[in-house]
Amino acid sequence: MTFPSVLIQLLNGLAAASSLFLVSAGLSLIFGVTRIVNFAHGSLYMLGLYGAYSLIELLGRTPLGFWGAVVLASLAVGLAGVAIEVLVLRRIYRAPELFQLLATFAIVLVIKDAALFTWGPEDLVGPRAPGLTGAVEILGKRIPMYDLLLIAIGPAVLALMHLLLKRTRWGALVRAATQDREMVGALGVDQAKLFTSVFFVGSVLAGLGGALQIPREPANLDLDLSVIADAFVVTVVGGLGSMGGALLAAVLIGVTKAFCIGLGFSKLTLVAEFVIMGIVLVARPYGLLGKPSALARAAETPPPLSPPRWPWLALWVAAAALVPLLTDQYVSVLLIDIACFGLFAVSLHFIMGPAGMVSFGHAAYFGLGAYAAAVLFKRAGLPMEAALVLAPFCAGLFAVVYGWFCVRLSGVYLAMLTLAFAQISWSIVYQWDQLTGGSNGMVGIWPSAWLANKTVYYYLTFVLCGAGIAFLWRVLFSPFGYVLRAGRDSPLRAEAIGIDVRRFQWAAFVIAGTMAGLAGAVFAFSKGSISPSVVSIGQSTDGLIMVLLGGVDTLTGPIVGAAAFTWLRDVLARETDFWRACLGFVILLIVLLFPQGLVGGLKALVTRWRPT
Amino acid sequence: MLTRHRLLAWATIVASLFFLVPASAQETIKIGEMNSYKVFSAFLDPYKKGMELAVDEVNAAGGVLGKKIEVVSRDDNGNPADAVRVGEELLTREKVAFLIGTFPSNVGLAVADFAKQKKTLFIAAEPLTDKIVWDSGNAYSFRLRTSTYMQTAMLIPDAAKLKKKRWAIVYSNYEYGTSATAAFKKLLKEKQPDVEFVTEQAPPLGKIDAGAVAQAIADAKPDAIFSSLFGPDLAKFVREGSQRGLFKGVEVFNLLAGEPEYLDPLKEEAPVGWYVTGYPWNEIKTAEHKKFLDAYQAKFKDYPRLGSVVGYSTVMSAVAAIKKAGVLDQEKLVAAMANLSVGTPFGTVTYRTLDHQSTMGAYVGRIGLKDGKGIMTDWRFVDGKDALPSDDEVKKMRPAQ
Repeated sequence: MTFPSVLIQLLNGLAAASSLFLVSAGLSLIFGVTRIVNFAHGSLYMLGLYGAYSLIELLGRTPLGFWGAVVLASLAVGLAGVAIEVLVLRRIYRAPELFQLLATFAIVLVIKDAALFTWGPEDLVGPRAPGLTGAVEILGKRIPMYDLLLIAIGPAVLALMHLLLKRTRWGALVRAATQDREMVGALGVDQAKLFTSVFFVGSVLAGLGGALQIPREPANLDLDLSVIADAFVVTVVGGLGSMGGALLAAVLIGVTKAFCIGLGFSKLTLVAEFVIMGIVLVARPYGLLGKPSALARAAETPPPLSPPRWPWLALWVAAAALVPLLTDQYVSVLLIDIACFGLFAVSLHFIMGPAGMVSFGHAAYFGLGAYAAAVLFKRAGLPMEAALVLAPFCAGLFAVVYGWFCVRLSGVYLAMLTLAFAQISWSIVYQWDQLTGGSNGMVGIWPSAWLANKTVYYYLTFVLCGAGIAFLWRVLFSPFGYVLRAGRDSPLRAEAIGIDVRRFQWAAFVIAGTMAGLAGAVFAFSKGSISPSVVSIGQSTDGLIMVLLGGVDTLTGPIVGAAAFTWLRDVLARETDFWRACLGFVILLIVLLFPQGLVGGLKALVTRWRPT
Repeated sequence: MLTRHRLLAWATIVASLFFLVPASAQETIKIGEMNSYKVFSAFLDPYKKGMELAVDEVNAAGGVLGKKIEVVSRDDNGNPADAVRVGEELLTREKVAFLIGTFPSNVGLAVADFAKQKKTLFIAAEPLTDKIVWDSGNAYSFRLRTSTYMQTAMLIPDAAKLKKKRWAIVYSNYEYGTSATAAFKKLLKEKQPDVEFVTEQAPPLGKIDAGAVAQAIADAKPDAIFSSLFGPDLAKFVREGSQRGLFKGVEVFNLLAGEPEYLDPLKEEAPVGWYVTGYPWNEIKTAEHKKFLDAYQAKFKDYPRLGSVVGYSTVMSAVAAIKKAGVLDQEKLVAAMANLSVGTPFGTVTYRTLDHQSTMGAYVGRIGLKDGKGIMTDWRFVDGKDALPSDDEVKKMRPAQ
């Protein structure tokens, strides 16, 4: 690369960073105050783009029309954010940690279908900014004027936010709430109003980030999910709650990507941001400019899990064993999916519930188990049965390595590091054509002849996944399980009595990874083919949704969640065209009716009705 | 009063209702279809309309084998695992005769393998991957759409004619992009041994950093560019590239960019002069296309996209196979598919016995601008059978049955 190229790529990187920063700043603000992992933030960005597109068509392609549309679209998105907060999230602040993630996931589904309904499926290419359509020549190379403007907007917004946070009463309240929410409430500040206003500002920033992309990015329906992952990465790399950190992280990621492309390593851009996040988090556990949360007031500890009652358990097991005999083959197919996802969800719950380590990248172990089975079977030529037995241990090996790094962190940082490892695994699977079949995946992974019948295969699944679940539950009520809970509820006291919390967490990580790998291997042979989507963010999210839907504070919740989610998706996709929105509404309904998840909610009902 | 006669009469009515339901169900032939409707809606919305039109036409003409047809559609969520699941559902619950559809390559390959396992006919509609008929081909799977290799080969004569030496390549980092690139490099090198590939850019699908990519290509100083981008990636590349003067004095070849799905969103910024494959729907004057166009516009008050042609032709292929087989027996259906000729809006296509690929062709031309909209100019139709490798080469790639 010559010097002019280096300079231009630097500017390209900065322009990309600027828009990334705007989205991430809003996300960081919302998370800092409300502790909500807002999945719908990407959807708000998408709405900003679509909204600005429509408003420009309405107001005309003049400078006033363009900038008027950008401002109006951002404000409208801000109001959409307020609506989300007031109508949904406000009702569930008291739910277990992370439960709001489920609600925002449902909102993503609803907004996606609403956008499809409103704007149609075709990509909408907006106009260039009037007056800034041209390019500037720098050292003989051209760069669009609009990019230079974007480069300036990022720091300008940062300065504005800085003033807002440091010089106004509202800013002081936001900073206070970020540090200690309960204390702010105790001092008589109306939290509801504060949260709503924070949502408004955060959403305006998301909308602005989207609207400003009009000249650079066609409005399309995939933007929401493609942006949200990047925004989370930037927020975490920068350090939660740090605006300056977010800008620094955005610049780091934007510029790194531009230079990957400039130097001819464009394939690296597939995971550049996740590699950066992995490195940063391993080196700096709280991000570039983040600080350890100053005050960890003992949170309400979740109630201890109760072991299942034998009569009920026997009834359910008998039902699961008998149903395939009484119904058609397709029920067996669905039950296989439910059993695999059930074990997957239970293994996730194992670390995120009792062990207190939320994983955003649990699909890594599910997917690597599936791929290990496929590779052992197809490439190494092992019999199917042997591949099925060995695959979970391969997934476990990855958990040994990834877990060693992850247990050194905590909270959202830990969750994001698991995501980084999952995405790095995904990108390797996605690109290693010779071994994994690349983006096409692998086909011809069918079980041996004696398992070809779906009902027979269901019984194998039932036995394997059932044994996996029973094992995990048994461990939870063993001394090992109690140690995990001690480490979660009071790490200091646990250490004081001589428990090496990290080592136990690491072991839990490996156990959960191995069991997720078993679920993946069984899953692979049930489908006959696998593709990188089993390692993808989508698969990890599904796992989280299942656990939360069922109830994170219950033992059987993850299985009920897996069954409900799988069944709902199957039924709704068959019955309606707009099945995503329907699924979203159903989840929202469940969220509002059962803030403890399905099983948690049912338990509460039973307790209320039971005569005292 | 309930007399014995009345009771008998009611019983007869109720009983006949029970028998009527299956009787009416047997009057239709169900064809199972699955696609990623929500993931690739820009292409698949028109595709679905094309299918509906075909079903209407077939049923208006009396159906096939004396029965009406019904297409039972399912959303596979763009995910092979979900596709296999809905495939099971279509076969066991809906009792469909066989399977058609799919869009992304990984889903197409998974369903093709599933069809082989179930010994059921599968007509892949849209997946472009060469593997579905070659490296991973199987006895039960056929494919309609002009493949990646074929579309690339169609652009080669123009590319070789230009005698440009320095080529830059840009493609999305997944199978369609990599195999288009591999085919292009191989075929051009055969025609023009002194060709040089100066840079290769492989941004992630749907997430191109268009400015940086355009700059990196410009730095390599190419004479020509081969791209297989589509959708939002294409729109971004076109805009950034033209703002930065990348395309000045450089010839650009872009697979698929002439398809209305991808060309129309570009509006007045359609890149004039690019060599593309596509579908100039308003200029094709053949009788079979005119009939299709008129019927489509009358039914939907909208113009067809390429997806509409694919959806329509897939259903027509399925119906032709049923007609030729005469019964709904899998082995007979598969045998009927071999060397089956089907009338489509692009003329008659034949499913080759050799590799189960249809000879559907594509339109090759250059992008022009008319009334602020991209169109195809100087276009010509290339028959699919002229864009395929020799039989010997195909035999080498396709596993023995």
